Amino acid sequence: MDWYNLDTWIVVIGALAAVACALLGNFLVLRKMSMMGDAISHAVLPGLAIAFLVTGARASLAMFIGAALVGVMTAIFTQWISRFGKVDEGASMGIVFTTLFAAGLLLIVQAADYVDLDPGCVLYGAIELTPLDVVWRPEIFGELLAVPRAALVLAAVVLINLCFVVLFFKELRITSFDPELATTMGINANIMHYLLMTLVAVTTVGAFEAVGSIIVIAMLIVPAAAAHLLTDRLWLMVLFSTVIAVLCAVSGHIAAIVVPGFFGFTDTSTSGMMAVMAGVIFGLVALLAPKHGILVRILMRTRKDPEVPAGLIE
Amino acid sequence: MPDLSEIWNVLLLRDYNTRLVVLCTLLLGCACGLMGGFLLLRKRSLMGDTLSHATLPGVGLAFMFAVWLGGDGKSLPILLAGAAITGLLGCATVLFIRNNTRIKDDAAMGIVLSVFFGAGVAVLGLIQTMPQGSAAGLESFIYGKTASMVLHDFKLLSLVTLCVLVLSLLLFKEFRLLCFDENFAASQGWPVRALDLLLLGLVTAVTVAGMQSVGLILIIAFLITPAAAARFWTNRLDRMLTLSACIGGASGGLGASISAFFPRLPAGALIVLVAALFFVCSLFLGIERGVFVRVLRQRSLQRRIGRQHLLRALYEILEAEAKQAEHSQQIERSPVPFRLVRGRRTWSDVELRKSLKRAYDEGLIERKTVADEIILTEAGLREARKMTRNHRLWEFYLIEYADVATSRVDRDADTVEHVLGEEMVARLEMKLEKFSKLGSGLVPDSPHPIHPVD
Repeated sequence: MDWYNLDTWIVVIGALAAVACALLGNFLVLRKMSMMGDAISHAVLPGLAIAFLVTGARASLAMFIGAALVGVMTAIFTQWISRFGKVDEGASMGIVFTTLFAAGLLLIVQAADYVDLDPGCVLYGAIELTPLDVVWRPEIFGELLAVPRAALVLAAVVLINLCFVVLFFKELRITSFDPELATTMGINANIMHYLLMTLVAVTTVGAFEAVGSIIVIAMLIVPAAAAHLLTDRLWLMVLFSTVIAVLCAVSGHIAAIVVPGFFGFTDTSTSGMMAVMAGVIFGLVALLAPKHGILVRILMRTRKDPEVPAGLIE
Repeated sequence: MPDLSEIWNVLLLRDYNTRLVVLCTLLLGCACGLMGGFLLLRKRSLMGDTLSHATLPGVGLAFMFAVWLGGDGKSLPILLAGAAITGLLGCATVLFIRNNTRIKDDAAMGIVLSVFFGAGVAVLGLIQTMPQGSAAGLESFIYGKTASMVLHDFKLLSLVTLCVLVLSLLLFKEFRLLCFDENFAASQGWPVRALDLLLLGLVTAVTVAGMQSVGLILIIAFLITPAAAARFWTNRLDRMLTLSACIGGASGGLGASISAFFPRLPAGALIVLVAALFFVCSLFLGIERGVFVRVLRQRSLQRRIGRQHLLRALYEILEAEAKQAEHSQQIERSPVPFRLVRGRRTWSDVELRKSLKRAYDEGLIERKTVADEIILTEAGLREARKMTRNHRLWEFYLIEYADVATSRVDRDADTVEHVLGEEMVARLEMKLEKFSKLGSGLVPDSPHPIHPVD
């Protein structure tokens, strides 16, 4: 295996994206809104199209703002429809994102005369290319470090999300587990919800613009779900999920270089393999977790059965 | 704008290509609408999303397999089979995670979606480095090609739709049980897991057959939107499924027809938007769970409660007066000051005046002679007596037979009493008269002290 500077940067950027997503993912999983990342990454299309039609250029900032706004709108519409229409949250999410995507597609087709705006290449970055876009060359310990743009952006996103989770930890915990209790304690569950959704939208858009949508969708859900099986304490769950996220990034990139060799190929997509490794880690955790793992459950079941006192069952 | 003859051509399905596209999307809309109804009730609407993403590794692996066999790799049956296999595998994984860990449906679907799709991207990444063929066509396999459907697609879709229809008719009872009470079905000895998998197998069939002709987003929308729209109109499963299939078919047919008029509107996107339009209309106008109907119901309940509160407050004030005046126990229709009624409950002036206005319209209170004094009519007094009696009977019941503490009973009685039907009250009265020896027509004393608020 050949390891270059480039590979280190890919892993760093992947880990940053993964941690940014996993931090918020904990609360999405607990609120049963895991599919929000997927919904937002599909739904942002009209935001991009409108930003493009208004500014007339594929400027990164305008596109980002447009996408993030539509991402927040996705969360708001989902909430409205499920609340006022008493529709299942998953269904309302599905309706909102397919409709927004379709609207975006119509807009793009109308604009296609002027320039080609292919969602595939505008919307989704590729993690393998991120280290090439260098914006900052600081000198650290006498060595010239070429910091890519994606690393800076994602580091900022991680920082924001970390601050959010740490500062509002108590509020997030109460509103995630018991919104009614939160309301009686004077915490506005709605504001927390929309704050969380805004950050999810910003993180999703920021991360998929840099590294592609699969990493975002996978890292919002899988590390948090795995951590949820490992512990019953929220702060530990957040901690575990970030560790798992970093593990996914490192093992994903290594797997992308190494695994194809087994079958006679050179290499494959890092983002795809990051998701696959996340799946592998989740599988292992689900099997072996100390309290909620499948093996432990089976053992408990077989061991406990004869212990039930005869008097309890009439 | 298209001219009349063009519209005519589309409507009569004269043009071969239009006919094919419209019929295909119509069929697919029906099949998806039907399946989506089951998914919605199982709270798994996003299963279509998961499933359609989970087909990608199957498509890639099938391509590699076909190349390994020596073909060009893009033979439709093999690709479809590959897609169906990983799709089903994805469904099975979702069920496995949900049944064996504490991860909920939504997270299980998300995990399968992202991991399988990631695997698909990785496989496509491998294919790209293969010398034998490019993966160029493969991604579009799951993104669809609505406008360029061929006869082959139509045959496949008709076959799948037919299968889905027949199977869901044959297994209607079982699926219904699964949707409404899975645990009960299991306790009755139904093979719940197998049925669940079969249902998802049908969804997989529809998704895979439809995806390569109309694309992933449209399939996802087709599986969710018509069913969610139909849910607003009825509470019966058979009607909901029929309606859902109709809405799916109608959005498919309509969307495809409109896109045939205008060259620049892609059919898939239009169909999604037409379905969304159906959804929004149903959201507001649906006669069973629509927003308007629910608001109306809420208001009528509020009014009923307001009326009951007003009458009972008046009665209790009159009762207290009658008790103070020692010479008679007879309750008289004497004027009651507004202020006194206002003080009985925590209601605002505006609320109370609205209730008063309605009571006046109903002939329950007399026209005001002195400002801010309220006098019950004969009918009003009778009604107030009945209300108070019902309320107290209910309080008695809660204390005597439901073991509710006396201090809590007034609140509880208030909230529960208003939603009881006439029939229930009558049954309660019968029950209580037997035990507590209350003469009919008499209002029993309140089982707890009545505290006026001011």
